[in-house]
Amino acid sequence: MKNALDIFLWVIFPYLCLGSFIFGTIGRFAIYGANVTAESSELLEKKQLMIGSILFHIGIIMVFAGHVVGILIPKSFTDWLGIPNEMYHIGALVMGGLAGFMALAGMMILSYRRFSNKRVFKTSSFSDLMVNVSFLIIIVLGLSASFIGGAILHPEFNYRLNLSIWARQIFAFHPDYHLMLNIPLLFKIHVICGFIIFAFFPYTRLVHALTLPWQYIFRRPIVYRKKPRV
Amino acid sequence: MKVKAQISMVLNLDKCIGCHTCSVTCKQTWTNRPGAEYMWFNNVETRPGVGYPKKWEDESHYKGGWKLNRKGKLELRAGNKLNKVALAKIFYNPDMPNLDDYYEPWTYDYQTLFGREKKHQPVARAKSQITGEYMKLNNGPNWDDDLAGSDRSFGEDPNMQNIESDIKGNFEKTFMMYLPRLCEHCLNAACVASCPSGAMYKRDEDGIVLVDQERCRGWRFCMTGCPYKKVYFNWKTNKAEKCTFCYPRIEEGLPTVCSETCVGRIRYIGVILYDADRVAEACEEPDDTKLYERQLDLFLDPNDPEVIAQAQADGVDMETIRCAQKSPIYKMAVEQKIAFPLHPEYRTMPMVWYVPPLSPIMNYFEGKNSIKYPEMIFPAINEMRIPVEYLANLLTGGNTEVIKNALYKLAMMRLYMRARTSGKDFDPEKLDRVGLTEKSATSLYRLLAIAKYDDRFVIPKAKKEKVEHVEAEQGGLGYEACNGCSLAPVHGSILRKAKAGESGKDAYAESFYGGIWRD
Repeated sequence: MKNALDIFLWVIFPYLCLGSFIFGTIGRFAIYGANVTAESSELLEKKQLMIGSILFHIGIIMVFAGHVVGILIPKSFTDWLGIPNEMYHIGALVMGGLAGFMALAGMMILSYRRFSNKRVFKTSSFSDLMVNVSFLIIIVLGLSASFIGGAILHPEFNYRLNLSIWARQIFAFHPDYHLMLNIPLLFKIHVICGFIIFAFFPYTRLVHALTLPWQYIFRRPIVYRKKPRV
Repeated sequence: MKVKAQISMVLNLDKCIGCHTCSVTCKQTWTNRPGAEYMWFNNVETRPGVGYPKKWEDESHYKGGWKLNRKGKLELRAGNKLNKVALAKIFYNPDMPNLDDYYEPWTYDYQTLFGREKKHQPVARAKSQITGEYMKLNNGPNWDDDLAGSDRSFGEDPNMQNIESDIKGNFEKTFMMYLPRLCEHCLNAACVASCPSGAMYKRDEDGIVLVDQERCRGWRFCMTGCPYKKVYFNWKTNKAEKCTFCYPRIEEGLPTVCSETCVGRIRYIGVILYDADRVAEACEEPDDTKLYERQLDLFLDPNDPEVIAQAQADGVDMETIRCAQKSPIYKMAVEQKIAFPLHPEYRTMPMVWYVPPLSPIMNYFEGKNSIKYPEMIFPAINEMRIPVEYLANLLTGGNTEVIKNALYKLAMMRLYMRARTSGKDFDPEKLDRVGLTEKSATSLYRLLAIAKYDDRFVIPKAKKEKVEHVEAEQGGLGYEACNGCSLAPVHGSILRKAKAGESGKDAYAESFYGGIWRD
């Protein structure tokens, strides 16, 4: 039965979460599109938000980019470029560590603010609080997986030989759960938490990440709207 | 030339008594919902004073409106598009006002006033409407109501900066006036240009600036962009809201609620035709004191056959053109030049204009042989209690000449009417000196002093049947998409009941009693 759990965790569960992410997002925008906002609380508190929000957002964007690179670019490609494995890992640890600690510091300030500032706390929904806590957890897990689980306890572990391959297989719809059996526990928990965040992403304030106003860059300054003639 | 129609307003400050009826009726209509308590789409400020929010005119702090960049081109003071991305302003807007710049909304703990008799008089304490906790009141709407003249109000009013220092704090020379403010529905609206989501727009038909509640993503740049600080952020729905110029009423040819209920009849609403092609060029006028005249240049003569032909070609309907011809705004702003925009130096081309107030020294002077020597008003205007420089800082970007001319005209019109009603002779040449004739002085007197409803409000009806599915819009509410609105659930449930087949009478009896909506 041990297999059954592994199959659930590394084959079924990711698809459940991604399904929730994709269909939930479509549903949110199609049905409840009007209530997608950044849910800013800057009106209520400004100073802590400044440091927290900027640190967290820049940190998390860099972290996200790092994950995309780490997962999508196969080892064979960097080998072909002639980048030695050690150099790649040191680079990833330094860059990722920097971004991760930025995001962590930012999220700690933001969470402290959300729970301690009366105005902000009283106007927060359960989902706002949950988002803050879950980000704290996943960032701590991610950092400890990289530094403790990876670099210190299992220096021989190379996620690009198993975890990344498995992740790419998810997109190709044939994940091999065996690849995930022998990776350090911290990585496993981090991955599962990550999928949980993707699962609840569309139902929380996080959707604002998908509403980046690209069109602002190209549009004319003054917008006129005309009522359509019937 | 591209002709567009703009609904606009003129407020005759000479008659404003600062009663706040406009603010209260506006609030009852639009912003008595959770999240919107601190929003005053219309407010009345005592001047000189801090205003609402605190020191809103201090653009070096709030960074609202437009400025000219080094190349002389128009640019948002809060930074251009690139700057917003590069400086991570999208994650944190450094120039946005904080709730404390407005005030924390509160209610009172009325429950303590009921119950058994106690030894001490019960007191209803203030309770925050955000946190629900008792709070100490140290700021509020109209916190400095009628307090003009103190050192504080002089010191905190940015318009006082370059006025002779002897007025400041000199009790004999203190002065006071009221300034009712609402959204300016600007031709070059900085809030619209600031909105990353494209949720803010000007209506093509009448130029009213609105926030699309379904498109607003709460980035808050509009709050910074608006130099008049008339876009507010709803802390419950996390969206921006602003004065709607009561567009549902305007579409029916009715005046806005603030205008309808104004007891002093100081508000005028009408249509102005303007040349949309020249707006950008006029906004780039380098001299602040000329901006008022540049804006005046944009307004087109609605009786000019060429303008009418072009307006029709540009899709302005005939009723709107006819209303523009009878527009009280055109009369006051363009023909008589007695109305001025509020802070034209923000370069937004505001469309709510003000007739400057005459002030007490006039009365003193009028009593003394003023009818005999009407030319005495010319030196007297310069010694009015409200300094002309102050009015110029407020209304013309510092151009005192045009303010003086308007005040001469208003004063001369009074003298003329006084002579006429008291059966005295009046030399018409004196009227000529301020650009009036007996006929135009009489008509101006009728418009300003008698101010009949039909003269004040000349509003074209929107041909809704041509642009909307009227049946589908029935019962629709502007804020129904948001879940924080107090009325939406009430109306919503009635609509649902009606759909479920419940008779209208039952649904009505259930939700409405004694003239009060059950909440």
